[in-house]
Amino acid sequence: MSSTRKFEVLRTVVAILIALLISFGVIFLVSDDPLNAISWLLTGPLKSQRNFFNVVESMIPLIFTGTGVCIMFSANQINLASEGAFHIGGLVSAVVALKLALPAGISPVVAILLSACAGALFTAIPAILKIKTSADELVSSLMINYLALYFSTFIMKYFLQDPAVGSASYPIPEASTLPTLIARTRVHPGIFVALAVAVLGYVFLYKTKIGYQLRLTGENQQFAEYSGISIVKVILISQLLGGFIAGMGGGIELLSPIYDRFSWTSLLGYGWDAIIICTLAKKNPLYTPLSAFFLAYLRTGASIMARYSDVSLEIVQIIQGVVILFIVAQQFLSRYKHKMIAREAKAALKEEEEEVG
Amino acid sequence: MEKQAVLQMLNIMKIYSNGVVANEDVTLELQKGEIHALLGENGAGKSTLMKVLFGIETPDQGKIILNGREVTIKSPQDAISKGIGMVHQHFMLVPSLTVAENIILGVEPKKGLFIDFNKAVAEAEAISKTYNFDIDVTAKVEEIPVGIKQKVEILKALYRGADILILDEPTAVLTPQETSELFVQLKKLRENGHTIIFISHKLDEIKEICDRATIMRNGRSMGTYSVSEISTDDMSRLMVGREVALTFEKSPQHLTDVVMRVRDLTVHNSQGILKVDNLSFDLKGGEILGIAGVEGNGQTELIDTLNGINKKYRGTIEIKGSDARPLSIKGIRDLKLAHIPEDRMASGCAGTLSILENMFSNQYDQPEYSGRVLLKRKVLSRRCDELIREYRVKCKSSRQQVGMLSGGNIQKVIVAREFSNQPDIIIANQPTRGIDVGATEFIRRRLLEFRDAGCAIILVSADLNEIFALSDRLAVMYKGKFAGLFTDVSSVTEEELGRYMLGLKHAEKLEGAIYE
Repeated sequence: MSSTRKFEVLRTVVAILIALLISFGVIFLVSDDPLNAISWLLTGPLKSQRNFFNVVESMIPLIFTGTGVCIMFSANQINLASEGAFHIGGLVSAVVALKLALPAGISPVVAILLSACAGALFTAIPAILKIKTSADELVSSLMINYLALYFSTFIMKYFLQDPAVGSASYPIPEASTLPTLIARTRVHPGIFVALAVAVLGYVFLYKTKIGYQLRLTGENQQFAEYSGISIVKVILISQLLGGFIAGMGGGIELLSPIYDRFSWTSLLGYGWDAIIICTLAKKNPLYTPLSAFFLAYLRTGASIMARYSDVSLEIVQIIQGVVILFIVAQQFLSRYKHKMIAREAKAALKEEEEEVG
Repeated sequence: MEKQAVLQMLNIMKIYSNGVVANEDVTLELQKGEIHALLGENGAGKSTLMKVLFGIETPDQGKIILNGREVTIKSPQDAISKGIGMVHQHFMLVPSLTVAENIILGVEPKKGLFIDFNKAVAEAEAISKTYNFDIDVTAKVEEIPVGIKQKVEILKALYRGADILILDEPTAVLTPQETSELFVQLKKLRENGHTIIFISHKLDEIKEICDRATIMRNGRSMGTYSVSEISTDDMSRLMVGREVALTFEKSPQHLTDVVMRVRDLTVHNSQGILKVDNLSFDLKGGEILGIAGVEGNGQTELIDTLNGINKKYRGTIEIKGSDARPLSIKGIRDLKLAHIPEDRMASGCAGTLSILENMFSNQYDQPEYSGRVLLKRKVLSRRCDELIREYRVKCKSSRQQVGMLSGGNIQKVIVAREFSNQPDIIIANQPTRGIDVGATEFIRRRLLEFRDAGCAIILVSADLNEIFALSDRLAVMYKGKFAGLFTDVSSVTEEELGRYMLGLKHAEKLEGAIYE
């Protein structure tokens, strides 16, 4: 096992290195000053406190949706409803903040909890469709994400819209917003909630009875069924919980210092990003902060690079794509892995013989 | 006098990507025109050695010498072009095509761009005649019995010009009658100068048909012997490394109450075909009810209905006095029913999870193993180590992935899980299929121990030795019914049983299924 795990780490690192090399190649092709661009890409996030905290603030939504997707994917519920759940979560917290006028301190808590519940209800839709009609959750979740988007836009335009600015709600009242933790940055207490969610997600999946049921079902549904586990329950719980966490992430994100109004008129892509996070974290929520840091660092670096050089931001898409491709490619480095294992096995044989002799 | 060697595999070593050393240093030599047995427990490395020979696996060490020349075999196509053919344990035929079409598949006679079907039929018929295989080559494969399917597989290999024919446990799926017919064919092939590798763990069959035998144990060759000069006891000792008793002393029966009462059970499969036909029987504590039969005669459907997987049935099933219909699978399992499923990888375990995670899928929620929410990881881990020792699962640790173990060891994990839950009823479906003699003996002994302790057991098995050795009552399933039921198992011969299995004979009036 140890050699397998070592190998997985190695494989991820090599995949990242290859992806970086390919993107360097692209930068060399398109840029007049490639070294400058590469240097901003790699070290930009470290060059100022502000840049670095940009990385931290963009980790937060990724950890939420990443953890949610880890839970859903562990139960083999491969779906994208976390995208819509995040969106709906943002809408609900905006509605609570603008319409309920609760006192400061209470308002954000209520808003976030309700947005989490809304997220759970949302991801329950593909689950129920699957249970009742065997509709494939991947397809149905993709479709209902548009429902989330246009429903939110509708609510915003008819009930929340600030005529002074157009396509956005009235500003979120101060009583509901999350404070900044560090002056001149936008890092907010959501980071602590996110880290707690990642740890709790891990405990849930790996230490609890229901988490065990989820993972058994995810790895072999027929076996789980034969063992007496209720598949319906597993599908529902994994989807409700995944949506709860993604919705909470959406609620927190909207109340954070990053936004001052609900202005999400297109999907933000955190549900898709969550799949990258989940793949890098090998479906273990404990590793989502690390994966989120990697992705956030890369993106922040790329946006800094785009500002200070002639290379555009989209280069980051290439890096992301290549990394994921290599990580999911089962055969990548398999020859090396085989050699490593053969060497170990031969050594073990020799040891055994010496013991006998 | 030393005959001419057609094939030598010298010092073959093969290590799998999961670290299992399947072949350590194996040498196999074939003489022209012999039937050579490759004998060994499961996990001994027979299949791996043959995969190396057939180009499916690349060896990490060693060389292959074919007709005096060293060769590397890169792929099955390569092996076929060198005159090596293989008949797999699980048939590789296309059910919707005819026999002739299956035989020519991949090497079709062409007329322009199109397949010349008339020529295909003619060629298939010709080759079938050459080797005295009496087969209707225009029949669809899905409509022919298992024994014929196997002949088609052999013809397929011969059609591609195989001189060396590898047969991987060819008799595992055959009735006694079909087996003896196969043996006649194999002897004819030998006369024609073909060399046959016969993989098996059935010693009596090897005695009957093979000339020499290479015995493997633990990835090593234990030597090659002339079959006429070695006793079955010696073979089995070389194979297992110790004396194995495959006959059991059964203690007298102590029957207790009826724990399962099945009445007028009728089940259709998902295609609407009648699979269990109006079946009624009782099961008492302290007995083993053996169910024999050719595969596909409703055994699978019967078992899946008894354990609650299938809820679409007519009739009644009562388990310990309660109607099973409203009960979930969990509810039935809570009545202390254990189930060893037929297909261990599909429904017996999760190959990607660890031994530990596979060991408690049926009992993790018991108070000793978990609280209201959390699992008691330490207790589970300790208990798992105990079970690994008790059931002699060969592994590195309880954290090892189940999928990396050999078949026999995977089965031991499953059996350990099912037996450790103090069952009152055990449904064992092919509990020792494809696993080694040591593990087989262990599992059978355990089943007898449970029987003696008052457990009620249903045993479905294609292995007639197993059925005979363990059953207190023996039923033969044919087309969804019990064609026969024997309360005195010792009075039945294997041939007799074979006739019931093939539907040549059936009891006019079934007695002994129901306790009055």
